[in-house]
Amino acid sequence: MDIHEYQAKELLASQGVRLPRGGLAYSPEQAHYRAQEIGGEAWVVKAQIHSGARGKAGGIQLCRSEKEVEQAAERMLGRRLITSQTGAPGKLVNRLYIEETIHIDREIYLGFVLDRKEERIMIVASSSGGMEIEEIVEREPDSLVRCSVDPGLGMHEFQAREIAFGLGLDGALIGKAVNTILGCYRVFRDFDASMLEINPLVVSRDDLVALDCKMSFDENALFRRPDISELRDKSQEDPRETFAADRGLSYVGLDGEIGCIINGAGLAMATMDMIKIAGGEPANFLDIGGGASPERVAKSFRAVLQDKNVKVILVNIFAGINRCDWVAEGVAKALEEVGVAVPLVVRLSGTKVEEGKAILAERAPGVIVADTLSEAAERAVTEWKATTGRAT
Amino acid sequence: MAILLNKNTKVLVQGITGRIGSFHAQEMLDYGTNVVGGVTPGKGGKTHLDLPVFNTVKGAVAETGAEATIVFVPPPFAADSIMEAADAGIKYCVCITDGIPAQDMMRVKRYMRRYKAENRMRLSGPNCAGTITPGQGMMGIMPGHIYMPGRVGIVGRSGTLGYEAASQMQARGIGVSTSVGIGGDPINGSSFRDILELFSEDPETDAVVMIGEIGGPQEAEAAIWARDNMKKPLMAYVAGLSAPKGKRMGHAGAIVSAFGESAQEKVEIIREAGHTIIPNPSAFGETVERVLAGLAHAG
Repeated sequence: MDIHEYQAKELLASQGVRLPRGGLAYSPEQAHYRAQEIGGEAWVVKAQIHSGARGKAGGIQLCRSEKEVEQAAERMLGRRLITSQTGAPGKLVNRLYIEETIHIDREIYLGFVLDRKEERIMIVASSSGGMEIEEIVEREPDSLVRCSVDPGLGMHEFQAREIAFGLGLDGALIGKAVNTILGCYRVFRDFDASMLEINPLVVSRDDLVALDCKMSFDENALFRRPDISELRDKSQEDPRETFAADRGLSYVGLDGEIGCIINGAGLAMATMDMIKIAGGEPANFLDIGGGASPERVAKSFRAVLQDKNVKVILVNIFAGINRCDWVAEGVAKALEEVGVAVPLVVRLSGTKVEEGKAILAERAPGVIVADTLSEAAERAVTEWKATTGRAT
Repeated sequence: MAILLNKNTKVLVQGITGRIGSFHAQEMLDYGTNVVGGVTPGKGGKTHLDLPVFNTVKGAVAETGAEATIVFVPPPFAADSIMEAADAGIKYCVCITDGIPAQDMMRVKRYMRRYKAENRMRLSGPNCAGTITPGQGMMGIMPGHIYMPGRVGIVGRSGTLGYEAASQMQARGIGVSTSVGIGGDPINGSSFRDILELFSEDPETDAVVMIGEIGGPQEAEAAIWARDNMKKPLMAYVAGLSAPKGKRMGHAGAIVSAFGESAQEKVEIIREAGHTIIPNPSAFGETVERVLAGLAHAG
């Protein structure tokens, strides 16, 4: 789960990390007031959206008067900002963060990730901050400093010191860097983060200040992090995904027109692969999970049909702990209650498959039944081409 | 004896009195698995499914001589249950639980390394369908009847995709020595490579099917290891051709976040290492059949 920059900065502040002074604004008037409150002669107005690369998209603006701050806020609020990371629909800007400007001597990159190879929290830092980490890895690989933390023992001060010296810092900045690094580590560990990035971390005369910050959190740990769960901002999510998530379904929206309802993440990905190989594009990933009731299956149809681009639906179930008869009941229920106006291809296999097929034959005679995965994918693509008038 | 599990392996069920644990413990018994007891703290001394229930894993091991365990404990407590098993001298643990925080799993892995290699528990999962040695025993939630006894090993992240592979093989009369689910989480007990090492040494396995997916370095690492160390054919499928970068596809670990983690890149690495690519998820059966025919011809 991603959070906003200003929220991430509040977490850092609680651990003693130095930040520019700033305030949140929901309206141009409030932005004006914040600028006044902060004081000084220049401010940065930053759109709060769940995406990086905001600067190039016009989401970060330098203003030299309170009037300019207000005007910038006017332009940004209520708009959708399209960055290189958001995709075509962009992200809605409904909050701004107004910050003081600070003098910059040097820009540093500081990142924390869960490293899957080492199975540890890994810290990656670079003296070449200000650009994306991928770019640093490519252009300045020698500037990278790495350090991993033993999960049994935690991070030690000397490790933070090694990173600080590795970045070419000296004097009073060493102690400040150690505080910053250990503060980030505590946030990462204590709130179950999966990613934490300060870019840039700025040397400003004799101070070290976190200018921008991004954080993501482990969704599996949200049950024990209520303070983090509260930071969720649904306006930043794909509305199709929010609809499904609120109903306990694992759904990812994609750009194609063939809707998918499948059990198991791996089988779902594989079915989507088959659709692609057969010449189609999936509209979504959806895993109904194990032991799905007819109600849950019907709900999945609602989630898939939220996407108005869907022209065909493919249901593929290999029932282990699921039951094909329940899935078939769910399909019938969806046809009766939700109304499915698009062609529907269903492949059932595994537990209670004969019962499931019998239910489909009786209550959902219009459904196209397939026996194998390839047959199901090919039929779905054929139907899609027929519906959309594409030549086969 | 295939790997990890046979008809004599004495198995415990942690969380046996819960709804899910209870249901699958019964399925495992029906399959013929040598389940010897269960563990639910606070319910020690009771009997469930005609099996003795213990308060602690140590207590269960002392009474039953259990050497393996399957964990059906809810996510907030699952990591603790795995460590308890490791400390009680269990040799093999399967964790089914989906939703364990990643940092808990880091601590579990660190904890398991406290023990000398010869006493160290092997873990597979979490967030997996389990392990089955067809005709002998099942520690998992899979439909047992789709696995025919035989000589091809299966190792995969996904449960249902593993079923797809096993049933395509069964349709062509090809059986399985052992099928091991390593789970869909970013930090898991056994990697693909760990399981390939076991299949490589197993005299009852002739070839191995590896079912990977997007995210993480394990498929590539296993492919390189097998190129240098395994004499048996390795066939691989990697799911997630249409997965966009940075999106989590259901499994906590199924996310492309770095170079080499997309399906296309992994397929390329595995192919480069000289293994057989299963081109699509409908081709498990035919690919295994073709590779086995080649083996018989060469033999």
